[in-house]
Amino acid sequence: MEKHVVVIYPHPDDESFGAAGTIIQYRKQGVPVTYLCGTLGEMGRNMGNPPIANRESLSEIRKEELLEAARVLDMEVEMLGFRDKTLEFEDRTKVATNLKEYLDRIKPSLVITHYPDHAVHPDHHALGAAAIEAVRMMDKSERPVVWAQAISRNYTEVLGKPDVINDVRAEIDTKLDAIYAHKTQAAGVLSQFMQPGFSQEEFKKKVANNFSTEQFYIWKYND
Amino acid sequence: MEPINVSKIQAYLDDRINKSVYIHLETTNGAYASHINEKAYTVGAFIRNAEVKFTNAKIIENNHVYRVGLKLEIGWIYAEGLTDWTVTEENQLLLAGHDREGRLMVALQISEQPFSN
Ligand SMILES: [Zn+2]
Repeated sequence: MEKHVVVIYPHPDDESFGAAGTIIQYRKQGVPVTYLCGTLGEMGRNMGNPPIANRESLSEIRKEELLEAARVLDMEVEMLGFRDKTLEFEDRTKVATNLKEYLDRIKPSLVITHYPDHAVHPDHHALGAAAIEAVRMMDKSERPVVWAQAISRNYTEVLGKPDVINDVRAEIDTKLDAIYAHKTQAAGVLSQFMQPGFSQEEFKKKVANNFSTEQFYIWKYND
Repeated sequence: MEPINVSKIQAYLDDRINKSVYIHLETTNGAYASHINEKAYTVGAFIRNAEVKFTNAKIIENNHVYRVGLKLEIGWIYAEGLTDWTVTEENQLLLAGHDREGRLMVALQISEQPFSN
């Protein structure tokens, strides 16, 4: 059994879309989960439909949404305070050192993050790389296992079959609650699954299907 | 935010001619543009807290979509595709262009104090 799981992603909602089912499963086993959230998604395009946020109010609203999702998922959350869409321009070692301070304190047995260069958004690549670097900086005997999540269109062609294929169908209702806690984001992101002529039921089924598996690669350190 | 009101925005701009102000300017089609549609390009530009003085400022309407141009002593700033506006409690002017789904495509913002990080 895991001792403590730390999830490291850059945006409020990455945890709900990407790993909510896995988080719920660990919480059901009584394993503590802490989400280190890199930014407040203050550069997001989705403002709600109709818009309920503007560029200046978005960070405060997304912070509230994140806390609500954390409540739904029954996990702790720490906000790292970087600015959305700028993480790749920060000093990599500085970000990694910052993450390592959290890891040294929390001492997780498992870290979940994005797979650098296969995670579409530049913040995903950058924070994933920094998280992997943070674990590398730890004493070999103290390193947690790292699960890296790829989301690019063709990642299985490039990286092969994921090492961890987590069926989260049993957790899908709570996962969708967590996704919808991100009010300004959910509708905009999910609209890509709407097809002409779809009923509300068909739409829900398509969304549930799409989010019913969570896949990860176990990061291999060469030293 | 509310649909753009030309006269109020023009008055706000006129009040700040030849004063030092901070600009936020961005345009984006989203970091996921070419992920969701393989044929799309992901593009964007972003400036936050450029300190400038403008000597002229004008808002222009075209079919309920607006452009705002600021003439600087040694250059220009403009934004196109603006649809909505608000003034914050800190008296910052926020102008934004949203698409049909309410997503932000372009923003031009003016403040007498630096915008928060
Ligand atoms: Zn993200």
